[in-house]
Amino acid sequence: MQRQLANMKQTLFDQGYLDEQFIQLEELQDDANPNFVEEVVTLYYRDSARLIQNIEQALEKSPLDFSKLECLMHQFKGSSSSIGAKRVKSECTQFKEHCRVGNADGCKRTFQQLKKEYATLRKKVEVYFQFARQIGPVEKACRSK
Amino acid sequence: MAVEDIGSGCSSSGDQEFHVLAVDDSIIDRKVIERLLKISCCKVTAVDSGSRALQYLGIDGERSSLEFDELKVNLIITDYSMPGMTGYELLKKIKGSTKLRQIPVVIMSSENILARIDRCLEEGAEDFLMKPVQLSDVERLRDFMLRGGEEERELGRKRKTPDDSCDCRPLRKRPTPLATACSSTFRALEEPVIVHES
Repeated sequence: MQRQLANMKQTLFDQGYLDEQFIQLEELQDDANPNFVEEVVTLYYRDSARLIQNIEQALEKSPLDFSKLECLMHQFKGSSSSIGAKRVKSECTQFKEHCRVGNADGCKRTFQQLKKEYATLRKKVEVYFQFARQIGPVEKACRSK
Repeated sequence: MAVEDIGSGCSSSGDQEFHVLAVDDSIIDRKVIERLLKISCCKVTAVDSGSRALQYLGIDGERSSLEFDELKVNLIITDYSMPGMTGYELLKKIKGSTKLRQIPVVIMSSENILARIDRCLEEGAEDFLMKPVQLSDVERLRDFMLRGGEEERELGRKRKTPDDSCDCRPLRKRPTPLATACSSTFRALEEPVIVHES
C-alpha cells in the first residue's frame, strides 16, 4: 500500500503536476501534525476559488486592466508555488507574460488552460490524499516528533 | 535532509523562546512559514499586513513601552509584495523607528530581482529569502540570529543612548550557505535574544 502511494506520488511528479515543494511540505508533518499538507492544500483550494472568480470578473471588463490581472495572477502563482503545483504555476507565469505585453487574447486563452490544469490537479491530489488517509497516519508521517 | 534530527524538542520555557513576527498577505504562506518557524522552535505571531504588523509592534498606536517590552519580538520576517504596505515599506518604517530599528527584518519574495534585494539590504534588511521558503532557510536564519545575538548585545551595551544617529551599523550581507553551516542537530537556546533594551 505504501509502495502504491509512493508510485502515485512519483507519477504526479513525472507528469509535472507537483514539484519538490510538495515534498518539502510533507517533511513538515509529524505525529502532532499529520495532516499538515492536506490543510495547506485545502487553504489553497479556498484561496484559488476566490482568485479564479476575481480573475474571471476582471477578464469580462473591457478594456482589460492588465495591471490588476497581473496582480491577481501573481497571488495565484505564489500560492501555487507554495504547494508545489508546478503546471498551474507555469500557466500563471504565461498569463503574467501576456499581461505584461497587453495580450488580451493570450490572457483569456491561458486562463482557460490554467483552469483545466487546476481542475486536473485537484482531482489527482484528492485521489492521492484519499489513498494516503486509507493507509493511515502512522506511515504518512515521516518525521519523528 | 536530516529533518529527523531536529525532533528532540524545543525549550519549553516561555522566556527563552525566540519570538518571530511573520507578515504575509497569503493565508497559505502564513500557514507554511508558521509551521517552519514552529519546527525551528520559535514562538510565532503571524499577521496579514504591514499595518497590522505595526499595530502589533506598537508604533501604529500609543501602546506604552511596558506592553511593548512584553512582546519581545526577536525577528520580523515579511513578504515583499503585499497590497497596501509592501514589505519594503514596512522595513523602512521599522528601521525609521527608534523603538524598533534594532529588530532584525528578513524579506521574503518569489521574485529574484537583484535591484530589489540590494534595496532591501541597503535599507537594513538582515536577509532576503526566495520563496517558497524552506526549512533549511529558516534554520540557517535562526542559527545566524542566535549567533548574532551575542554581538547585538555587546553593541547595545556600548551604545549608551537610544538615539542612535550614527550610521556605523554594519550592512547585513546575505549570508552564504557555506558561511552559516548549521549543524543538523537541534541546539537548545542558551540565552534569550533580546535585541532591544528595556
